Amino acid sequence: MHVTSSVRPPLVTGGKKYEDVTQDICKQVEGAPSTAWKIAFSFSVLIFIYGGYCLWMTWYDGIGMWGLNKTIGWSWDITNFVWWVGIGHAGTLISAVLLLFRQKWRTSINRAAEAMTIFAVICAATFIIAHMGRPWLGYWVLPLPNAFGSLWVNFNSALMWDVFAISTYFSVSLLFWYVGLIPDFATIRERATGIRRVIYGALSFNWDGSAKTWSRYEAVSLVLAGVATPLVLSVHTIVSMDFATSIIPGWHTTIFPPYFVAGAIFSGFAMVLSLMLVTRVLYNLEDYITIEHIESMNKIILTTGSIVGIAYLTEFFMAWYSGVYYEAFAFQNRAFGPYWWAYASMMTCNVVTPQLFWFRKIRRSLVWTFILSIIVNIGMWFERFVIICTSLSRDFIPSSWAMFSPTMYDVGDFLFTFGLFFTCFLLFAKYFPVINMAEVKAIMKSSSEKKQ
Amino acid sequence: MEKANNFLVGIYDDEDVLLDAVGKVKKSGVKIYECYTPFPVHGLDDAMGYNYSNLPIVGFLCGMTGTICALVMMIGMMGFDWPMDIGGRPYIPLPDFIPITFELTVLLCAFGMTISFFIVSNLNPWSTPRMFDPRSVDHKFVMAIDLADNKQDAASITTILKGSGATEVNKKSFE
Repeated sequence: MHVTSSVRPPLVTGGKKYEDVTQDICKQVEGAPSTAWKIAFSFSVLIFIYGGYCLWMTWYDGIGMWGLNKTIGWSWDITNFVWWVGIGHAGTLISAVLLLFRQKWRTSINRAAEAMTIFAVICAATFIIAHMGRPWLGYWVLPLPNAFGSLWVNFNSALMWDVFAISTYFSVSLLFWYVGLIPDFATIRERATGIRRVIYGALSFNWDGSAKTWSRYEAVSLVLAGVATPLVLSVHTIVSMDFATSIIPGWHTTIFPPYFVAGAIFSGFAMVLSLMLVTRVLYNLEDYITIEHIESMNKIILTTGSIVGIAYLTEFFMAWYSGVYYEAFAFQNRAFGPYWWAYASMMTCNVVTPQLFWFRKIRRSLVWTFILSIIVNIGMWFERFVIICTSLSRDFIPSSWAMFSPTMYDVGDFLFTFGLFFTCFLLFAKYFPVINMAEVKAIMKSSSEKKQ
Repeated sequence: MEKANNFLVGIYDDEDVLLDAVGKVKKSGVKIYECYTPFPVHGLDDAMGYNYSNLPIVGFLCGMTGTICALVMMIGMMGFDWPMDIGGRPYIPLPDFIPITFELTVLLCAFGMTISFFIVSNLNPWSTPRMFDPRSVDHKFVMAIDLADNKQDAASITTILKGSGATEVNKKSFE
């Protein structure tokens, strides 16, 4: 039996009963889409279509449509990829790591955060496929014998590790998310009639909620959380190795894996907050996603943001302390070179502004949280841009130095992923239960506000 | 098709009452068919006398299969089938194989265990579940008693269920 200290603030407010949870969450799935939803959905689809056109042109004419040049061979594509993958770290972290740590506040946010993870990883994969130039040959990254004999892929390459890491992360996150959804689909099934009952019946996988099945479900969840935890850490570690195993000054550092993982959690939580604050208002979920939840997430943002800040300073220190001329130049150039504005944006958004979360009032303010979460995401995009573009723009031979300017196709492909992400998220928010009803009910005895 | 099964269904309002009731009902010599709850109730599996699931062992074995497959694949391809001389480095650089070995271990462990869970618990999109009471996936806690399994008659079992805290006792039969 769980015992929770009475001084802990309740995680479910409003004196809810079990049936209220079902009613509050299911009514969003069962009702007709609201006007706000329809407007948001149409807008996302429009962006998706415009971005789809740009992506099609990129595929049709090749990646010459991007603003890449001989010096800067990787730019927005990889920046966007790393940014999306980073965002995709919060979901599985919340559901797996916080499950292992028995953090009960995870139950209200894990469902939406995991959905966000899955969509973010799909967006990230879009850039991987697109930057291949010939996406129809994408299967060449798999260990298949090629047409000229059995020349295999090179398993020494960090890019190859990435293929396995991202695809494993995507499939395991999807599995984890779906297993969690099954009991809730059963709840919706029992309330539905007609064709909806057939659809949710199939989605609910014959779930009846028997004690034996729950016992197995718990065993499976625990082991899945156990294997997903190192998986989350491994994914961004491997993404960072795409850079760290190269010999480009500014990339070739051993601090990259922990620093990227902290940055990923940082941006992931910021995105969860941006999305959940809006969902919370539109769906009247104030009793389930309370100020306590928001404050807990802000504390994680503050911690990871500070880790990222220390990593930035450590990089600078190492550039000087190592005595390597190229490394020192790379970092001087980052801060004071032609991309100083990107660096300054990164520092302001990632290091300075999140420190405001030291103030309890700001941590518990919805408006401040929303603004800072957006700022963090902008900052994290700049972080990847700074790492990738400033290092590449200053080649070893000064005659090769170049700058990068994006074309409309760079911008359009980025917009495509936004369209895709929000279209998927809105569909999820309408047709799937946004809060894990079964898990919220399970913590209510210990963590809910009692009706007076 | 097996013959119609007749069940008595005790409905409880609270998980702790159900948990106590399982003990009480068992003590009075009634065999419980199964309990159904809207969320996992801790201690219910012990009360019902279920052993801890073997699924983690299945997960471990599947994970090991992943480890072995990954190593055999990479050592076979890079060490034997088409060795590549990359700056004179070893043909079988084991540290470089760690990431993919780890990923395949996790992948096979997760999928192997979850698919086994679906199979043993008969979870699939094409079956229709036997619901003793639709409220058991919403807010009620349900205890089902198979009359064919018990010597006592329905009336005395109903009294036992009511005595253990059930707010309703219904009859339910399945074809």
